Amino acid sequence: MGLLLFVYPFVVKDAFWQNVAVLALVSASAAAAWNLLGGITGQVSFGHSIFYGTGAYTTGYLLVRYGLSPWVGMAAGCLVAVALGIVIGFPVFRLRSHYFSIATIAMQQVIFIIVVNNKALGAATGIELPLREASLANLQFSTRDLLPYHLIALALLGVSSLAIWLFMQGKAGAYVKAIRDDEDVARAMGVPVRRYKLYALALSAAITSLAGSYYGMYSLFIDPNVVLSLNLSIAIVLVGVLGGAGSLWGPLVGAWVLQVIQEETRVRLSGAGNALDLVIYGLLVMLIAVVEPAGLIGIGRRLARRLPVRRRAVQR
Amino acid sequence: MSLLELDGVTRRFGGLVAVNDVDLVLEEGDVVGLIGPNGAGKTTLFALIAGSLPPSSGSIAFRGAQVGGWSADRAARAGIGRTFQIMRIFKSMTVLENVMVGSYLRETRPARARDLAEQVLETVGLGELAGQAAANLTVASKKRLELARALATQPRLLLLDEVMSGLTPVETSEAVELVRKLNQSGLAVLLVEHVMEVVMPLSQRVVVLDHGVKIAEGTPAEVSRDSAVIEAYLGDQHAAAGG
Amino acid sequence: MTELSQASVSGLLLGAIYALVAVGLTLIFGVMDIVNFAHGDFLMAAMYITFFVWLYGRLDPLVSIPLAALAMAGFGILVYTVLIRRVLKGPVLSQIIVTFGLLVFMRGIAQLAFTANTRGIPDPLVGPVRLVIGGVVAGGAQLTAALGAIVCTVLVYLLLSRTELGSAINAVAQDADAARLMGIDPNRIHLLTWAVAGASVGVAGALLMNFFPVTPEIGAGFGLIAFVVVSMGGFGSLQGALIAGLAMGVIQDVVGLFQPAYGFAAIFALYLVIVMVRPQGLFGAR
Repeated sequence: MGLLLFVYPFVVKDAFWQNVAVLALVSASAAAAWNLLGGITGQVSFGHSIFYGTGAYTTGYLLVRYGLSPWVGMAAGCLVAVALGIVIGFPVFRLRSHYFSIATIAMQQVIFIIVVNNKALGAATGIELPLREASLANLQFSTRDLLPYHLIALALLGVSSLAIWLFMQGKAGAYVKAIRDDEDVARAMGVPVRRYKLYALALSAAITSLAGSYYGMYSLFIDPNVVLSLNLSIAIVLVGVLGGAGSLWGPLVGAWVLQVIQEETRVRLSGAGNALDLVIYGLLVMLIAVVEPAGLIGIGRRLARRLPVRRRAVQR
Repeated sequence: MSLLELDGVTRRFGGLVAVNDVDLVLEEGDVVGLIGPNGAGKTTLFALIAGSLPPSSGSIAFRGAQVGGWSADRAARAGIGRTFQIMRIFKSMTVLENVMVGSYLRETRPARARDLAEQVLETVGLGELAGQAAANLTVASKKRLELARALATQPRLLLLDEVMSGLTPVETSEAVELVRKLNQSGLAVLLVEHVMEVVMPLSQRVVVLDHGVKIAEGTPAEVSRDSAVIEAYLGDQHAAAGG
Repeated sequence: MTELSQASVSGLLLGAIYALVAVGLTLIFGVMDIVNFAHGDFLMAAMYITFFVWLYGRLDPLVSIPLAALAMAGFGILVYTVLIRRVLKGPVLSQIIVTFGLLVFMRGIAQLAFTANTRGIPDPLVGPVRLVIGGVVAGGAQLTAALGAIVCTVLVYLLLSRTELGSAINAVAQDADAARLMGIDPNRIHLLTWAVAGASVGVAGALLMNFFPVTPEIGAGFGLIAFVVVSMGGFGSLQGALIAGLAMGVIQDVVGLFQPAYGFAAIFALYLVIVMVRPQGLFGAR
């Protein structure tokens, strides 16, 4: 799978499909981050655009205002996102399940309103990033071939997935899964519940912020209605849930499918008011909730499990 | 210094007094049974000791430290392990993973935590099922798993909340043997049971609660002759027959 | 001073609508621990129904009240039967995301079918009515909406507290298994709960259409406010929803008077403060 994603931009030179791939990789990172908190730790956040926006805005602001390298901006964005995550998470993690989800929406709204009323951050228009010489240091490349953008997005996803995988290996992984399954029992077994939720949130916020920073650099425009919106939070959840909440590969599958649906419908049915992609997403999510909560990955596993059984039956 | 010392512990819910001025002492290596009819306040007392509930008044000392009002995870770290009355296993995990959540409390390295968990599973007789999905276990095995998870936190005091209920007679006697074996290795046990017959052969001392008040304490033989206890239980049976 | 009383009065009128929108949400949560994230989009559907009845049937929104109520009750039953019933025993994640999927779906359908255009009814019957007391003006449409909202909320309250169906609903909310033993079919009660919730949001939509234009995105704002009202009042509590709804309306308009951009932010901030102090909400049992 990893190899395939690496080879892809060398083979595929079509601008449309290159763009789809870059966007899918970025949203897979964000969704993998959401999945750590929502799918694996069981804290369904509808406010993840907060962290995506934090990354995009921090990077953009430092670049435009102080001319700082986007790489520095990315690192700074991570730190701000982690700090923000802890400040938000500390009170909000007192709430459980639905209550938690709703509080994250409210948080997102408050922060959105604050930002779109802040002139230094470009208010409702956002921040336009300056075009610079194409180089790795500037994190800007020629848009004729998106190969470098693709490779960096892939590296970003790789690093994110590795960080999450490492987090899940030892004690932290066991603890967050225990928290999802039964918070009270986990606590009785000595799990400091809120602290581990905060660990998961901190890592999740940092990765989401990286994705946001990178998206900002890729699109060269930071629009609050995109990077800080409820719709983006929704999109992140969609990707995570569609692929398969709780699984490591799920977000990548979900991101790819959604990105293809989105771009395809946009091309086939151009014009304002087109929302066929939303209709399809909605249907898919409802289907997954009702039929297979483990998402497309779960459906795939089910099919795979069924196949060898049939083969054996034939042999007999 | 006693292992556990409750002094005048009271817990109110609004106007209702669920636990009223209860004193209780457990020494290292004790097995004490806590019995009483339905609604006697056993579960509340249990939650008070395990740190899920703060007492309204009175003191709870565990190895000299005041633990009343501590959070449950802090109580677990101090050495109080508990099981849950309704089996609450981690459904998405294997048997081994369930137990490892407990063993991580004192073993941070995954390999060591795994060793400890496997050891505990052997002790409770679930060694063979370590790789199974926990959700697929039978009732008796789930109860053993509950026990294993608590043991993996390496407690000094084990609180068992009706671990025998719902078991067949054979399974019950196996469970009684298991608790006895654990106790012989030095672990103190506080046993909450609704059914007297389970508690009697196992406990050195029995404490009886009724309407939140401690009405009797003594050896199983003394308690079963106690007129207040007989009355409390008879009243309960009448109520049960009437209902 | 007049400005302040004006803002308070318009806030109260708006708050009554918030409360009515929240009624259905709190009812469903109280009975089956499900949050209908698509609730705001139910409101959107009710508003479109009212709009098109006016556009093609030349019927005033007031006439549409029963129509929208009936249609949305039916829609509630449909949603329960097709989706909710199947996730009630499932994992919490499924319960949270199923109505979330419905939200996305409904918004998409509305955009496809009706485009993103804003549609309002320019000349409702109650439009020209104005009530002026001591310099404070209350528009007829807003007044009607507030009155209707309060009547409807009280009706739902009476239904729950005074009728046999109400006791059955309460029994299922307390303990579905125990209710089953008493001969109540929880499935039927759940179905009726969705019907009542749908009907109440249908009424809210028709009333709102008198003075508020509809877009496919309208559910986002109203839905959010409904969640906030319900969490603040306490999930499952009707009185809580009514009081929190009115309070939210007043706060939004009064804060908006001084800081126009932050009226909306103020209610979310207040909600966050309240649930941090009292996670179960003002009137929540838990």
